[in-house]
Amino acid sequence: MAGNNPNAKPMNLTLRVWRQKNRTSPGQLVDYKANGISPDMSFLEMLDVVNEDLLRAGQDPIAFDHDCREGICGMCSLYINGRAHGPERGTTTCQLHMRHFSDGDTITIEPWRAAAFPVHKDLVVDRSAFDRIQQAGGYISVNTGGIPDANVIPIPKTVADKAFDAATCIGCGACVAACKNASAMLFVSAKVSQLAMLPQGKTERKTRVENMVAQMDLEGFGACTNTGACAAECPVGISLENINMLRREFISAKASSENV
Amino acid sequence: MILEDTQISAATLDSKIPEGSLAEKWDKHKFNVKLVNPANKRKYDIIVVGTGLAGASAAATFGELGYNVKAFCFQDSPRRAHSIAAQGGINAAKNYQNDGDSIFRLFYDTIKGGDYRAREANVYRLAQVSVNIIDQCVAQGVPFAREYGGLLANRSFGGAQVSRTFYARGQTGQQLLLGAYSALNRQIAYGKVKMYPRTEMLDLVLVDGKARGIVVRNLVTGKVESHSAHAVVLATGGYGNVFFLSTNAMGSNATAAWRAHRKGAYFANPCFTQIHPTCIPVTGTHQSKLTLMSESLRNDGRVWVPKTREIAERLRKGEIAVADVAEADRDYFLERKYPAFGNLVPRDVASRNAKQACDDGRGVGTSGLAVYLDFADAIKRDGQAAIAAKYGNLFEMYQKITDENPYERPMRIYPAVHYTMGGLWVDYNLMTNVPGLYAAGECNFSDHGANRLGASALMQGLADGYFVLPYTIGDYLAKTPYDKISTEHPAFKEAENNVKALTDKLLSINGTRTVDDFHKALGSIMWEYCGMARNAEGLKFAKQEIRKLRDEFWQDVKVTGLNEELNQTLEKAHRVADFLELGELMVDDALHREESCGGHFREEYQTPENEALRDDENFAYVAAWEYTGAGNQPVLHKEELKFENVKLTQRSYK
Repeated sequence: MAGNNPNAKPMNLTLRVWRQKNRTSPGQLVDYKANGISPDMSFLEMLDVVNEDLLRAGQDPIAFDHDCREGICGMCSLYINGRAHGPERGTTTCQLHMRHFSDGDTITIEPWRAAAFPVHKDLVVDRSAFDRIQQAGGYISVNTGGIPDANVIPIPKTVADKAFDAATCIGCGACVAACKNASAMLFVSAKVSQLAMLPQGKTERKTRVENMVAQMDLEGFGACTNTGACAAECPVGISLENINMLRREFISAKASSENV
Repeated sequence: MILEDTQISAATLDSKIPEGSLAEKWDKHKFNVKLVNPANKRKYDIIVVGTGLAGASAAATFGELGYNVKAFCFQDSPRRAHSIAAQGGINAAKNYQNDGDSIFRLFYDTIKGGDYRAREANVYRLAQVSVNIIDQCVAQGVPFAREYGGLLANRSFGGAQVSRTFYARGQTGQQLLLGAYSALNRQIAYGKVKMYPRTEMLDLVLVDGKARGIVVRNLVTGKVESHSAHAVVLATGGYGNVFFLSTNAMGSNATAAWRAHRKGAYFANPCFTQIHPTCIPVTGTHQSKLTLMSESLRNDGRVWVPKTREIAERLRKGEIAVADVAEADRDYFLERKYPAFGNLVPRDVASRNAKQACDDGRGVGTSGLAVYLDFADAIKRDGQAAIAAKYGNLFEMYQKITDENPYERPMRIYPAVHYTMGGLWVDYNLMTNVPGLYAAGECNFSDHGANRLGASALMQGLADGYFVLPYTIGDYLAKTPYDKISTEHPAFKEAENNVKALTDKLLSINGTRTVDDFHKALGSIMWEYCGMARNAEGLKFAKQEIRKLRDEFWQDVKVTGLNEELNQTLEKAHRVADFLELGELMVDDALHREESCGGHFREEYQTPENEALRDDENFAYVAAWEYTGAGNQPVLHKEELKFENVKLTQRSYK
């Protein structure tokens, strides 16, 4: 079946892929050929083709995380040619298409590199640190039921829209992978800002920011030195303004802590 | 037709619908169910499998109530469940727009949209609790779209003439799931929920005929473990991936539900699958999944194909551009055939009409398997900025995938498998026929009949998890002794051994064909013969083909690696083994249902205008199938559907 662009020719590529058996084994880059790759394939579909060839040859396929393949679940996590999610801005690996590469290219594929994200296998890393940060305070303490009508609290559209922008973080970890310090500030700030902006979230804003930051530090993420690499590589465009807001929230919380 | 060796159970299934008028049933039932005293709730353990909207909301709410919860998901985090990808919105009968909405209207639209194959009492309850869902989500900090006055905004969706859909740009599922995930996280932090990510359920354990636990495989270490509880909730989503290509996530699978089916839970209406009309067309054999373009786009996009085959052919060959097709040469077929609903007809109707246009030789795109979804008029009317504000992320996604700018030329779309209305049979309490086993969300069959309306999946998932199960599970637990069952019990050991034996078998075949190879072959059989249109001859052929393929799978599949490691090929092999059985059941169900309704379109049963022709006299029932072993004909159990509050009519959107 023809693709979108009938004139696009298949490409032959060389892949240099990080292979690592498990968390404790050392890993290494291994070269593979990827031949006859259609420019209409997504990057992960290209890896599917390579893996099918490996399987038929009785070799262990390359393990990588992926699920929705529409850029929203945050599961895919490849470090491609030295960039989180590859060369296209504002794009997750699953939405990156091979038309952005050229015949004969060598492509280096690594997992997220961060002490807080240990490698499970090959390109699959453990991002449970992110869940633990959210568990430390990334919520509004309401139980199910007994809630007043949703329209009781009007929220200015501009505030709701800004909260939404922060809330779109997909938790992929590209910000950490892109940061030379492996800092998780952008990830943490997105949730802190979203909830601090909304009237519903203001009640717990102080304890939330203190607890989430404490957990972030405990997990071994690095410090933020304002390089902005995180926002530049974020596939959904989470803004650096959130980090500014987190700092303000944090200082204000520390000045009059409500943690007892 | 019913195959000769199919047994039909004489007893009808008891759906346990409470007495009373439609509007009173749920309130009365909530009062009549038994309660568990707050101090005793901590003596009960509940297992929840799946952490999408239904699973996460249920697990969080159970934790809030005081039960001990264990929650499981195969993804690396509960936040990644495929509910996250739902785009368009969530329905609720708030009537904030003052446009005539009501609980009864949402109920009526849903029953009618489902082509009169859903249970009245369940659907009414769904409409009732829909209003609470919005309140709950706003309280959690879900940033829904708002008007300048600060109140919540709505848009309209297919199958409805009111604006009742709440949304968060094109990412409503993400925002709702993150809300439920935050509630779940709070309970994890309190120690009321213990979360097991990267863990897959591979068997259900029954003790004395009751669901008392599950066997799981740790997807990182391969370790097979048992977990016991007083009740088990499956919220594991749908089985659309039986078609290989669908809008589901790559990992979405039927294994938990199917293994429960093998242990006795009936599977209801498996042939009711939803083909969504607006997806990005297939580009080649490398295609791994299909991407949906939200139904909300049909609010502003106009669906058309050229009026003649000649023009369509010139477009396909690239001899002319879309812009060269004169207005008079365009056939806006949905607006022409359904003037009342226009482009917003329900999904099954829109899909079938797109297929008919392409079958007629008027399809576009290089493959001819696409129709246009055109925004030119909307952009002219409202301006590009207004369209971008509503659909910006969808337009971007379209451009990333197709390399075409939808602001400048119409999108090309084609139907794709999106949702499965069928699922585990449940009664009014959402309990399967296996005591103590519940099914919620897409995993059950309950609320959408033969066709789900847009923005109703999110509503159902959250209704089940936040507002239905927390009441109904208490009724069951209140009658259950506190005693815990050790995972050393022989029933657990037997289930563990079966899982290990199955894994060993998959790893030992060492054949020549990959798991994906089999999965693709199954998918093409299902799409061809059990997809948008079905007929008896094709279905009978498909049944034989699936059996052949299943035999080949067990002789020739190649699964590399070991159990004791992260082994994605092995994970897939387990799932595809189950799809190969489920596919046959879907075909059996489609064959036996000699009528057309909703997403189930039998070519033999259509009106002169090619609309679905129901047979209410003979088929106004739920078909719930009992497993009798792979390759054996299942037993059919019927639940008669009684319609006391709506009149069964030929669905008309004209």
